Amino acid sequence: MSMRHQITAGFMPLFDSAVLVAASELGFAAREGIDLTLHRETSWANIRDRIAIGHFDLAHMLGPMPLACNLGLTPLASETIVPFSLGLGGNCVTISKAVWAGMAALGAEADLDPARAGVALGAFIRERATAGREPLRFAVVHPHSGHNYELRYWLAACGIDPDRAIEIVIVPPPFMADALAAGRIDGYCVGEPWNSAAVAAGTGHIVTVKALLWKNSPEKVIGVRKTWAEENPEVLAALLRALHHSARWCQDPVNHAELAAVMAQPGFLGLPPAMQMPILTGHLQLGGGAERDIDDFFLPFDKAANFPWKSHALWFYTQMVRWGHVAHTPENLAIARDCYRPDLYRAALKPLGVALPGANAKVEGALKVATAVGATGAGLVLGPDGFFDGQIFDPDEIDAYIARQKSARAEA
Amino acid sequence: MVRSSLAVLVIDENRIRASIIEAGLREAGHQQVTVIHDVTGIARRIAEIEPDVIVIDLENPNRDMLENMFQLSRAVKRPIAMFVDRSDQASIEAAVDAGVSAYVVDGLRQERVKPILDMAVSRFNAFSRMARELEEARSELESRKVIDRAKGILMKSRGLSEEAAYTLLRKTAMNQNRKISDIAQSLVTAAGLLGPAEDE
Repeated sequence: MSMRHQITAGFMPLFDSAVLVAASELGFAAREGIDLTLHRETSWANIRDRIAIGHFDLAHMLGPMPLACNLGLTPLASETIVPFSLGLGGNCVTISKAVWAGMAALGAEADLDPARAGVALGAFIRERATAGREPLRFAVVHPHSGHNYELRYWLAACGIDPDRAIEIVIVPPPFMADALAAGRIDGYCVGEPWNSAAVAAGTGHIVTVKALLWKNSPEKVIGVRKTWAEENPEVLAALLRALHHSARWCQDPVNHAELAAVMAQPGFLGLPPAMQMPILTGHLQLGGGAERDIDDFFLPFDKAANFPWKSHALWFYTQMVRWGHVAHTPENLAIARDCYRPDLYRAALKPLGVALPGANAKVEGALKVATAVGATGAGLVLGPDGFFDGQIFDPDEIDAYIARQKSARAEA
Repeated sequence: MVRSSLAVLVIDENRIRASIIEAGLREAGHQQVTVIHDVTGIARRIAEIEPDVIVIDLENPNRDMLENMFQLSRAVKRPIAMFVDRSDQASIEAAVDAGVSAYVVDGLRQERVKPILDMAVSRFNAFSRMARELEEARSELESRKVIDRAKGILMKSRGLSEEAAYTLLRKTAMNQNRKISDIAQSLVTAAGLLGPAEDE
């Protein structure tokens, strides 16, 4: 009989923990000889602390969080690596009914178009400033989150300085809809189902989505304590294979009802299965009766969704620099470059003969349409991966990208 | 400015636990202790209190919000870092194990903070022990009630005395190698299924 391995992992009650949850609940981990024990947490800070002191070997994490740990931006962090991504997309920007009414009067339409919505929001913010009203307050889930960086990217590209024209605060995901309803915040960027929840409650309007701001962009990842990964390379590889099978299962529409039922259990999301269908189908109610189908709204598996692209980590790094979270130095850049580990992903999955990207990084924003790319094993389809403003991020030209964003801000 | 004693802020939604910690800190001679249960409007409170040490329970979902606030010099004039000293691994582990985390003003000497953290950890542990004992007492009480109902059912349906009913339950439990409360529960459930509530 083969050896069984114990892995203890933490997660937050968000739909994008599904690949990890399904690996445990549907036997994908057990089939690889792993006893995977999951612990639900109430804050990202707890996840970070429990990884640092060894309660967890790995965890469901925000994409930029391991970078923040390794760059010394957060207290009590241990060196954390990312050998697997839990999916692409899945977030929305939701605003209050009042802000939506103001924007609609200034040309916004319920079509999720980030550029059009951004122009209207900018006009609305200037109108409020002229009237002497206090700035709008937006919430994100964590300073070092894809949510914070994509919200800021969107606003800045539309001529709105996120540090001066609005206020950004931190609110835990399950509290977002309530905070919006109570008027404590005017809008937020969060993963599902916490956007559809505000729409269903009749208090929020979804104004744009991550999948349109930056197509097929990174969101949650598996963060692993580096020392554990180094001591248990084979256990980690077996887990990555389990996660691969789990992700493939989660992507298949045939399994969506069962997945929604698993996630609905009180120990995971504890929300009715119907609330989880928007993220699975990409069919969103926007508020006020408007609805939209979004391509690649959330991908747990397709389009190389699980590959930990170094260009994703490096883009997060450029945004940390852009918003003053970290200084751009050769040492910090090297830390950011080493955090995501496509080599570990590739080594673990190679025996399965599945499609694996040949490169570790890509030029983000280069693919306008879904494209078959060079890969070992079976064929692989990537992208599209464009930013809504048409900008390109070339990880080989980081200095130029950072400088360009800096000068754009100085001119604004 | 020389501070004679440290200003301690305790953030805990559990009022009983918060008051236990507060009492402990006061007993230990800390006079400037503030307890907050609800984090609404906390930025202003923190600016007023200017805490040197913040103790917060790990189950509070607002930890991410609070950490972000501690790092903003606008809300708190002096930066607040987590835990006494990153190198003090044992203290950190004990705290996280107990379910508490602590933030201290950067540069505060470890020997001034450690007693506060140790106090919080021991009070957290005492509280969870108390909560566990309370839970055990409650389930003890529950099983007594079930046994009483089962006795009542037996007395009524088989015309037994209370003592004989209890003896029958105990004998059955022994024969089946189960707890009396389990046997009693089975009987109560079965009686409920079988018929017009004999016991009501």
